[in-house]
Amino acid sequence: MRVQVKRYTSEPEVKEAFLEYEVALENATLLEVLQEIKTKQDASLSFSSGCRSSVCGSCSMRVNDKEVLACSYKVQEGDVIEPLRNVPVLRDLIVDMNAAYDTNARAKAWLSSQSQGILLSPEDEKINEIQSDCILCGSCYSACPVYSVNEEFLGPFALTRVWRYVSDKRESDNVSKLDVIQTNGVWDCTLCNACTLVCPQDISSKADIEKLRSKSVMAGYEDPSFANSFGGGFGFDGSLSF
Amino acid sequence: MRSDVLIIGAGGAGLVAALSASEAGAKVRVLTKEYPTRSQTSMAQGGINAALGNAGEDSVEAHIQNTLKSAHGLANEAAVRYLCEEAPKAVEWLESIGVCFSRTKESKIAQRTLGGASAPRACYAQDYTGLKILHTLYDKCLEAGIEILSERYLLNFIVNHDQYEKPYVGGATVLNIQSGEVEVYESASVIVATGGYSRIYDKHSTNSTSSTGDGIAAAIRAGARLSDMEFVQFHPTALKNSSILISESARGAGGYLLNSKGERFTNELAPRDEVARAINDEINKGEEVFLDIRHLGEAFIDAELPQERKLAKLYENVDPLHELIPIKPAAHYTMGGIEVDKNSHSKLKGLFAAGECANHKVHGANRLGGNSLLELVVFGKQAGANAAIYAKKFDKNIDTSQHEVSANNFVKGVKYFTNQIDFYEKRNFIGNIFYNNAGISRDDMGLKAVLGAIRQIQREIPFMGPKDKSKICNTNLVEFIEFGNMVELCEIILVCAISRNESRGAHYRSDIPKENDMAYKAHTITWKEDGVLCADFME
Repeated sequence: MRVQVKRYTSEPEVKEAFLEYEVALENATLLEVLQEIKTKQDASLSFSSGCRSSVCGSCSMRVNDKEVLACSYKVQEGDVIEPLRNVPVLRDLIVDMNAAYDTNARAKAWLSSQSQGILLSPEDEKINEIQSDCILCGSCYSACPVYSVNEEFLGPFALTRVWRYVSDKRESDNVSKLDVIQTNGVWDCTLCNACTLVCPQDISSKADIEKLRSKSVMAGYEDPSFANSFGGGFGFDGSLSF
Repeated sequence: MRSDVLIIGAGGAGLVAALSASEAGAKVRVLTKEYPTRSQTSMAQGGINAALGNAGEDSVEAHIQNTLKSAHGLANEAAVRYLCEEAPKAVEWLESIGVCFSRTKESKIAQRTLGGASAPRACYAQDYTGLKILHTLYDKCLEAGIEILSERYLLNFIVNHDQYEKPYVGGATVLNIQSGEVEVYESASVIVATGGYSRIYDKHSTNSTSSTGDGIAAAIRAGARLSDMEFVQFHPTALKNSSILISESARGAGGYLLNSKGERFTNELAPRDEVARAINDEINKGEEVFLDIRHLGEAFIDAELPQERKLAKLYENVDPLHELIPIKPAAHYTMGGIEVDKNSHSKLKGLFAAGECANHKVHGANRLGGNSLLELVVFGKQAGANAAIYAKKFDKNIDTSQHEVSANNFVKGVKYFTNQIDFYEKRNFIGNIFYNNAGISRDDMGLKAVLGAIRQIQREIPFMGPKDKSKICNTNLVEFIEFGNMVELCEIILVCAISRNESRGAHYRSDIPKENDMAYKAHTITWKEDGVLCADFME
C-alpha cells in the first residue's frame, strides 16, 4: 500500500514536499500506517495522536482533501495525507491548535450560572447530547471556508459549544451568551454545511448556528447583513442608523 | 512569572485541581504535554460512582464496603470513607457546572451497575462519561481564566534545600515541544496530575499513547516515594486486535462472556481482576473469548452504548448487534503511584499528586469501575486546595540555575546518543514480555527473567536515542524520553512484584496463589537513595 504524506519543516529553512511511503499493512487505520512509518522507516515523520479510539481529537488531518481522524480512517491505496487547514502548520502533520482552542474562550462557551436544583428530564438532556459529544478535533475548523475571509470568526466548534450551553436548561443567563456571538459569530457563517460533512461525532455546527440565529432574533438581535442590504441608511423603525 | 501552584497535566485531576486552587485564590498555571481535553480522562466510559440511589437502593456505607472488599486489605479505610462520603457532593458539583449526565424518567441522574458494586451506582453520560466531564471542566477553566500551556513536556521537578538541608520543590523543567527549547517554571508548589503507566504494556494496553508515567518517574527521581507499583489493573474486555476498551457497562447491562464453544465461564460482574483472570485462563486453554451483547437489542445499544458499537465495527469489523465481539484483557489502570498523605502531599515538600499518578490508597490491590473518575474529582479538589494553602505560607527561595543547565544538557546530550539500537523495537518488546510475564498472571521465574531483560535495556539506553535531531515538534525525542521514564518504572514494578510473594487482587502469582496477610498486608514502598532503588513493605 502506498500513501503520499505532505512533509513540512522550517528548520534550518522552510521546505515542503509530498513524500511517498510504502507499507505492508492490510485493512489498517491511517494512524497505524503513520506509526508503522515512524517506527520502522522514518522516525522524523511527525504527527499527533492519543487515544486511538476517536475520543481525544488529537489525530485529525486531511486525506484527499477531506478532514478525518487518523485513528478511524481506513487507508486506501494512493491516499494523499495533509495537515489541517486554517491553523499554522508547525511540522509535517502537526499544527498549532492554540488559536483554534482560543475561540472557546472568546465565545465564552461555558455554563455561566452555577445552577442548583434544576431538574433535567431525559428529553432536556437529549437537546444537547450530540453537541456535548464534541472532541475538539478541529476538523470543522479546518473545513470552514469563512476563515479565508475572516480570521476572527468564532468558528463551528465554538459556536456548537455555545449552543450546547444556551440550550441547557441549567443556563439562566442566555442573553450574555448570545451577545458574544453577534460579531464574528453566527451571522458570519455561510451555512455551507462543510463542517457537518467532516464531523467525526456527527455534529452539525451549521444546524446549531441556525438555532443560535433564531434564538438571537427572538432575543431582539438582528442579522446585520440583512439590515445592511437595505443600504444601511434606514433601520426598520425608519430612524437613521449609523 | 512564578506561580503559586503549578499543575502538570490537564486531564480530569489536573483541571479539577486548577479550579480548586484558583478558587482558593492561588495563581495557577497548568502545563500539559498534549492539549487540554486530549487526556486519558476523555476515554473513561462507564461512569462515576456515587451512592445517590437514583436507580435502586444504595448507601454510602455499601459503596465503602464494596471498595474495601475489592481493595483486598490494601486500602486505607479512612481514605475510602472520605472518597465515598464526598462522592454525592462531587457529582452534584459536576452537575452544577453543566456536565450532561444521562437521566432517569424522574429527571434524576441515571445510574448503572458496574462490576463489584452492590447497586447501580455509576452516574453516566451514555458511554462518553469521561469525555463530557473533561470538556465541561475545561470550559470552567476558561471561565476562571486559568493559564493552560499546551505541548509542554515535563522533564524534572526543581528541588532546592533549606538551611537544614531539607528538600522542597520549587517548580519544574519542561521541554516546549513546539519550539524544542527547555523552559523553567518556578512555583511555590507543584501538583502532579500526569496519569498512569499502562503504556508500559504497549499494544496490550487500553490507554492513550500518552500514559507513560512521566510524572511518577520524575517524582521518584526528585525524592518522593512511590507505593504499590506492582498493582496493574487489566480490563477484562478490550478488543482483541487493537486493545481498545469496551466499557464494563456492556456487562453491567447484561452482556455475556463466551468462549469458542459458546459457553459462559465466569460471573461477568465480578471485580475486574477475577474476570480478567478467568478470561486469561480460557485463552491459555486455547479458547477464543467473546463479549456477547446481541440480546440487549438495537434500541438499548444505540442509546446506552453508542461508542462501543462504533468501535467494534471500526476495529474488529463486527457489528455487536448481530455478531460476537472478540476480546482479551488489556492493561487499563495502574493502582500504584506517588505515595501521598491525607492532604494529597507527597514525601517531598510542596509536591502534591492527584488522579491516577497518585496513590491515595483507596483502590488497594484492585480498583472498582467508576471509582477513578470519582477519585480525580475528590482528590483533585483536595490537592488543589491544599497546594494553595501550602503556597500561601511558602517563604523560601527558589534557585533554578542548576536545573536549567542540566535540563539543557540532557536535551542536547540525548540527541548525541549513538542510535545503534532501535528503541521502538525495545518498547514493543517490553510490552510483550510485560504482558506475558508481569501481567495478569505472574511467577517468580518469569518476573526475574523480565527484570534481567530490563536491566540489560537500561545499560543499552545510551546506544539508543532519537534518530530525529531537529528541535521543532520532535515527537521522536519526546517518545524516547517517555521510553526512558517507562524503563525506569519497569524496574520498580518488577522489584515490587518479585518481593510480594503472594497473590492479592490484580497481583496474581500463579506460583503462590494465596493471600498472605501475615507477611504482605502492607504497602510496597519504593524510593531512591543516590540513584539506587530501595524497596520495603510498610503499613
